[in-house]
Amino acid sequence: MLVLECPYCGVKAEETELSPGYEAHLKRFGPGSSDEEFESYMFARKNPKGVHFERWRHVYGCGKWFLAARCTATLEVFGTYPAQSSEPPADLVAKIKAKRPDWKGYK
Amino acid sequence: MKRYSVFAIAREAMRHHTGWERAWRSPEPKKQYDVVIVGAGGHGLATAYYLGKNFGITNVAVIEKGWLGGGNTGRNTTIIRSNYLQDPSAAIYEKARSLYETLSQDLNYNVMFSPRGLLMLAQTHHEVRGYLRTVHANALQGVATEWIEPARVKELVPIINIDGPRYPVLGALYQARGGTARHDAVAWGYARACSAMGMDIIQQCEVKGVRSEGGAVTGVDTTKGFIGTKKLGIVVAGHSGQVADMAGFRLPVEAVALQALVSEPIKPCMDVVVMANTVHGYMSQSDKGEMVIGGGTDGFNNFTQRGSFHHIEETLRALIETFPMISRLKMLRQWGGIVDMTGDRSPIISKTPLGNCFINCGWGTGGFKAIPGSGWAMAELMAKGEPGALAKDFSMWRFKEGQFIDESVAAGVAH
Repeated sequence: MLVLECPYCGVKAEETELSPGYEAHLKRFGPGSSDEEFESYMFARKNPKGVHFERWRHVYGCGKWFLAARCTATLEVFGTYPAQSSEPPADLVAKIKAKRPDWKGYK
Repeated sequence: MKRYSVFAIAREAMRHHTGWERAWRSPEPKKQYDVVIVGAGGHGLATAYYLGKNFGITNVAVIEKGWLGGGNTGRNTTIIRSNYLQDPSAAIYEKARSLYETLSQDLNYNVMFSPRGLLMLAQTHHEVRGYLRTVHANALQGVATEWIEPARVKELVPIINIDGPRYPVLGALYQARGGTARHDAVAWGYARACSAMGMDIIQQCEVKGVRSEGGAVTGVDTTKGFIGTKKLGIVVAGHSGQVADMAGFRLPVEAVALQALVSEPIKPCMDVVVMANTVHGYMSQSDKGEMVIGGGTDGFNNFTQRGSFHHIEETLRALIETFPMISRLKMLRQWGGIVDMTGDRSPIISKTPLGNCFINCGWGTGGFKAIPGSGWAMAELMAKGEPGALAKDFSMWRFKEGQFIDESVAAGVAH
């Protein structure tokens, strides 16, 4: 069972307390964008077998959205961080790099 | 290939079963093929089979990283139905269902197709309206389904509780020719027939890279070396995004885990398939007597072939109200498969940015029932280079064009 630590309330919440929200750091496209950009934003989500950054909501806790780095191949959780981040924090990226030398990095 | 028949059984009985041959050969890969199909699951093998049968293309290799039919083909709940709302879905699933009717004779391999009837329970008024609409749509599509009242549901499924306080049964969408088949046998039957046509089925051979030149695929790098090909078909379900990545294009699919479980075997108690979409559960009884139960998907990307335990708990908790007798059953096994979900929950059978590379994926939680129809449509696409009537609406570019086949709304959940 997945256990993620909520970066706001500090609770180590297990999966049933959380609600998944798929890919994090999406750049949103709307009116004025090209068809490709809009399609990519709507449907072409990242689907890596490995390190993935995603949104979770501490739905049966503080109710807040946060972000997590998780491995989709092993379910290992590398860390969580606040939703007010436009990209993964540098220390988390370094930690993942150390654990997964083959990882190509964020983006 | 020696044909299986009652005479073959009699002959082998007389000589202590020493004359059976292997169902399919396991050759080393050749340097070059006309067609290479990645993925020896049901869909990949069916594609190869119909390439040979319908188009006479037999210089074909089907390569598989694990063992034949060891992915979702061996992990599903074996349900076959075609009661879909949207025309393109109904067409391809009905094609598949009708091919299943005679598949055992066609392949000379018993796939144990059992058209035992299938019920989709309506447990909310919203579902009642939805299924009545589906019945009318199916009538126009030529798919035989009917709406039945609760009393008839009880007659067909004596173990059901139609008066549950939380999930009462208000009626059902009934497809009398829906049912189940032996999932492994479908893969094995196709593999045997492909091998008999001279195709190579190469197991334990993982694709590591896709080589292309001037916008066309030249071959694949595998753990058994480079295999050249004139046409490439990618039919790998959960790992579609990964193989597409090697080929250099991106797919609108995400991989999530879908789970199923079986109970201890009990005496025959239910001879139809029952789906309850409101509670994300469906159940049938296998020939061994196990109750085969399927649940919902997890909500996060996952490649581990195991799902979250609480989904099983939710499924069973809800099913117990509808089937009170299963509350005392012990569950024997539980497993997961990685399904590739598209935005509209409909599959992709499509050309790709590479001219001679084709993709068949996105079957999500409803792939097994589609195997013959999917293979039929994919074979036509690969042989002619253009999609036929069955595949034309399932292009990978429909998301850009807004031409969805929106079964995620139409089907509710299980699909």
